Formats: sequence, C-alpha cells, structure tokens
Amino acid sequence: MLGSTPTAALRVRNLRKAYKDVVAVDGLELEVRTGECFGLLGPNGAGKTTTIEICEGLTDPDSGDVELLGMHWKSHAGELRQRLGIQLQETQLADKVTVMETIRLFRSFFRHGPATSEVIALVQLEEKMNARVGGLSGGQKQRLALACALVGDPDFLFLDEPTTGLDPQARRQLWELIEQFKLQGRTILLTTHYMDEAEQLCDRVAIMDHGKVIALGTPRELITSIGVEHMVEFSAGGAAKPLELTALRRMDGVRDVRAENGTIQLQVTELHRAVPALLAELARQGVTLTELRTHSATLEDVFVTLTGRRLREE
Amino acid sequence: MSETTVVPEIRARAAARKAPSRRGPADHALVQLTMTRFREFRREPEALFWVFIFPILLAAGLGLAFRNRPADVLKIATVTPELAQSLRKDKLLDVQQLSTPAAEEALRTGKVALLAEPGPNGTVVYRYDDTNPEGRTARMLADRAVQRAAGRVDPVASADRLMREPGSRYIDFLIPGLLGMNLMGSAIWGMGFAIVDARRRKLMKRLIATPMPRHYYLLSFLFSRLVMLVIEVGFLLTFGVFVFKVPMRGSLADLVLLCVVTSLSFGALGLLIASRARTIEAASGLMNLVMMPMWIVSGVFFSAQRFPHVLQPVIKALPLTAAIDALRANMLQGAGLAQLSPELLVLAGWLVVCFPVALKLFRWR
Repeated sequence: MLGSTPTAALRVRNLRKAYKDVVAVDGLELEVRTGECFGLLGPNGAGKTTTIEICEGLTDPDSGDVELLGMHWKSHAGELRQRLGIQLQETQLADKVTVMETIRLFRSFFRHGPATSEVIALVQLEEKMNARVGGLSGGQKQRLALACALVGDPDFLFLDEPTTGLDPQARRQLWELIEQFKLQGRTILLTTHYMDEAEQLCDRVAIMDHGKVIALGTPRELITSIGVEHMVEFSAGGAAKPLELTALRRMDGVRDVRAENGTIQLQVTELHRAVPALLAELARQGVTLTELRTHSATLEDVFVTLTGRRLREE
Repeated sequence: MSETTVVPEIRARAAARKAPSRRGPADHALVQLTMTRFREFRREPEALFWVFIFPILLAAGLGLAFRNRPADVLKIATVTPELAQSLRKDKLLDVQQLSTPAAEEALRTGKVALLAEPGPNGTVVYRYDDTNPEGRTARMLADRAVQRAAGRVDPVASADRLMREPGSRYIDFLIPGLLGMNLMGSAIWGMGFAIVDARRRKLMKRLIATPMPRHYYLLSFLFSRLVMLVIEVGFLLTFGVFVFKVPMRGSLADLVLLCVVTSLSFGALGLLIASRARTIEAASGLMNLVMMPMWIVSGVFFSAQRFPHVLQPVIKALPLTAAIDALRANMLQGAGLAQLSPELLVLAGWLVVCFPVALKLFRWR
C-alpha cells in the first residue's frame, strides 16, 4: 500500500492539528515499523505531544489519518485500547494509594496481561510494593507509570518524555528498562528532547520542528547526513579586535562556523587537521583561548544544523 | 538490534499471551475503582473528621445548648424560721433565711427574687419587683406555700400532665436537619474534590487512555457513595437515638430510600459542579456558592417557614429543603412515602436535570 513496509505498526498520513492560532501539527507523515523503537525528537512546542496524543486516540486531529496495528480509532477504539501501553507526560497517580493497589487497578482494565507481582518485578519496585505513591521518588514514580503502561502486555508502547525531570542515575535505570521492552519485541514510540536518550534507545528517529518532520533516519544516518563528524567549541578572551570568522571558515577540514553567546562553534570533518589549524589561526590573530572542547557530532548538532537553533533553549 | 533476533521474541510473546491469568471478582474494574475511592477516602483523616465526627459534635453542641431544662427553682429570702419552714414546703422555691439587712441586700442586688417578712398582726409582707416575671412567679408560689402551711385547702383538686415527650424538642428538629446537611455535604464535596483532583493531576486522562469504560469511573463514585451513606447515616442516627432519644416513627425502609434518593440528587449536583473545573479553588468556590444558601434557607437549624411568604416556593424547590422536610416528616411524624411525594418529586427533578447535563459537560482531561 503506497509502497510502505507491510509490517508498519503505525502509519500517520498528512496529520494536521491547530489550537486557536497555533498550528501544533502541520501535515505530518510518519511510519513506525513493527518491533522497532522509534523516537520523536524535537524542542518543546515542536508538536511531539500533540502527535503522540493523536496516535493514542486522546486528541482528535483536524485532518489526516492514523492507522495503528492495522486499525483505526473511529472503528476499533476498544480493541486498540486493549493492545496499547500508554505513559503520558505529567500524570500524577493518586498519592494515597500504594504501588501494588495502583498496578492492580490498572490491570483490572485489561483482558490479558501479566500478574501484578510480575509487573512490579519488571520495573524493580518490589521493595516499594506497599509504599504509597506519594512517598516515591521521581524515578520510582516514573517506573510505576511504566508499570501501568505494561499491565495489558501491550504490543505498542507510547512513552511521552519518559525521563524528563529525572536525575542521571534514574534516567539510566529507565533506559535499561526500555531496552528490555525492546528485547521483548514490543513496538515503541517515544518522544524526548534529550538527544542522548534518542541515540541510546531509538532504532530510528524523526526530528520534529514546528509540527513537521524535518529529518528521518537512524541516529547514525542523521549524524552522517550533516557531513561533519566532530564539533569544536571554544571561547576566546582578551582580543583587541573582534575575531575574524571568515579566516576560520577557510581553514582545512572546517565546514561551517557559528558564533553564539561568546562561544564559537566549528563543524569539523577532520579533527586532526582542524585543531592545529585553529590554534595557529588564533595565535596569528593574537587571541587567547579560555575554553576548548571537542565532541563527536550528535543529534543535537543535527538539529542545530537543520534549524540554527538548539533543542533545549536554556 | 537486528531483525533476526526480534522475530522469535515476538512469537514468544504471542504464545505467552494465551496463558490464562487467574483473576477473581475482586479484579473486576468496577470493584477496583470503587475500592480505590474508599482507600483514598479512608486515608484522608480530614475527610473522616468532616463526614463522621463533625455532625456528631454539632448535634451534641446544639443539643446541649437548646436542651429542655427543668423549670427553674426560684431563690427567695426570709427572716424568720417559721416563715422559712412554711416556704420550704414548695419544691420550686429555694429559701434562704437571713438577717434583715442581709436579706434586703440580697433582694436589692437580685440574688433573690423576693423577700418574705412578717408584717403587723400576723400578716406576711412580700417585697419584690413586680416588673420582673420571676418576682411575680415567686410571689404566687410563696403566698401559696404560706397559705397552705396555715391550713388552706384548695376547693378544686387539680393534677398536672407534663409535655416533655421526645419528638417536639429542638434536638428532634435538629437531627434530621443535620442528616440532610450531611448527605448534601458528603455527596458534593466527596464527588467534587475527587473528580477535580483527578482531572488536575491528569489522572483522569491517564484512565481514559486505558480500556476502562468511562461509565465505570462515574459508577464507582455512585457505589462508594451508597456504601458510605449507610455508614454515615447509621452513625448519626445511632447517636441521635441513643444519646438524645430522637424518635424514628416512620418506616426504616422509607428512610433508607429517602437517603438514597437524596444522595443521588446531590451526587448529580456534585457531578455537575465538578464537570468542568480544572482547579480545586474553582471547584470549592462553586461548591460553596451552591451549598451556602441552602445551609441558611433550607431549615437545617431553624424552620424554613421563617422566611417571607413570597420566597417559600423557591425555598421549597431547593433539594436540601425537600430532603430535610421529608426526613423530618418520616422521623418525627411517621409520614409514609405517599405523603412525601412532593419532596421526592423535587429530589428526582434535580437528579434528572443535573445528571444528563453533567455528563454532557463533563471534561475528561
């Protein structure tokens, strides 16, 4: 059908949704294959949550088509709900109820699924089983939210910013859990604005901006597509006259240069040639370095290259 | 992850799904939802206080303040032992025998209502303030005692029958009023806060993302309300009957039915109030706006008849007025359901108007 993969678990065509005067989703096309972990990456306000909530059947699109597990929301809502696992952004479960009671409540809505104790073991909350939800840490709450998404043994899992607001250790723990779900063959659609999360977890990534997909592919493909392997960032101090950026741009192995808040960023194809050249050039201009960093190109750099903005505006 | 390792895993999952899971009736979604309601309520000490303890305290306090006291004993003074002896024969008089200056002082300062002293030629003089009702009563009682002690026999024999039966006291009026007020408060607060809180937390949105049938969610409130009703009504009535001997002259089945209908009407009203509000502040403002006028005009603490005649049709159309009038008629006059049909109609009217409108307006997210 339309040349798409026969094993697509989710197909989104020409999706559109506007709120008052803001267009949240603007003609979005998307395809998630069965068994893959697909990431929607984008800054806040890119339309990720609106997109995922339309796919989850919680928001009606203005126009467009969503086909999920071969079904549509209009005709198969009941069946779809049984087969989806959903974790929403910012859900606060009831504080006075225990972990076990919460999972048992959610389990009661599904026809099939593992026993309550199995789900608790899966998200490693055995020790907190009889603790009230109000007393859990952020990471534990998030794992409980995951448990509530897993009680129906879902074929398709929607995770909306699963690690936002968590400390690094809790994030890592959650990533391990999500890796396990992938091994179990579930299809996952997750949204995030952390590029490291997308690189770590996702088989394929769609980068969203202003309600549209602006790039699609595996994390590696996307990073390769911008044609740079490394980023060099430096800050300079004590120069008598402003830095000549054009001179930097002409250097060997440098593709592009941009200045931002006093930091200069070079997109570099060959690190071993660009760095010595940079040092020589700065010496020639009589500029002292206050900071110098290099890193391999990331999805963040892909986003910056495509839009000229950062994913997370700090 | 390569395709070749993923595919067998999917098969393994499909096989695992077929395994039946052992689940009892307690795992039914409606049971679980209702139990969650109870847990949340039970673990909220403030809610327990307002629903159970507060009405009892109110009944006890008001019952004590407006209790029917035995007729007051009047304090009088006299100056001779003979007079004192004659006067003490009347149990309603508390007689002090004092010296003349002390007795005059006591009368002047109002410590006694009357001073009886011997006059010339074997007469008795009563000194009292005739503008004070206590003084006039004391005069009659004292004179009767003196005359009887001197040998007077009443030409007509008389007997007293005292009217202090349960059913006509203030506490009898109050308990059905408090019962109605409690039914209104717990239905409106109980539903309103729980619903708005779940909406604010996006918990409601999370629930509708599951296969949970939406009407189960609303039904769970209804069921928990009905069970709670038995407990809270039982609590207040037991207290009223055992501590204050409040009569329950009507049929108990009718009373239960009245409580259920009342609770359903207020539940529907609570649902309507909570149908759109997104914050606790907005909801509690709305709840107070709805309940406050009824606390005042619906006859909880004093008869609704005290309000002007033109307002009566409006007051009678309020659900709390209907509920309290019906509860009072059942408990105090033993009225049957047929006599209570106007009140039942008012309550049913509120139910059939509020409930569909609330469902129509209800915001799930």
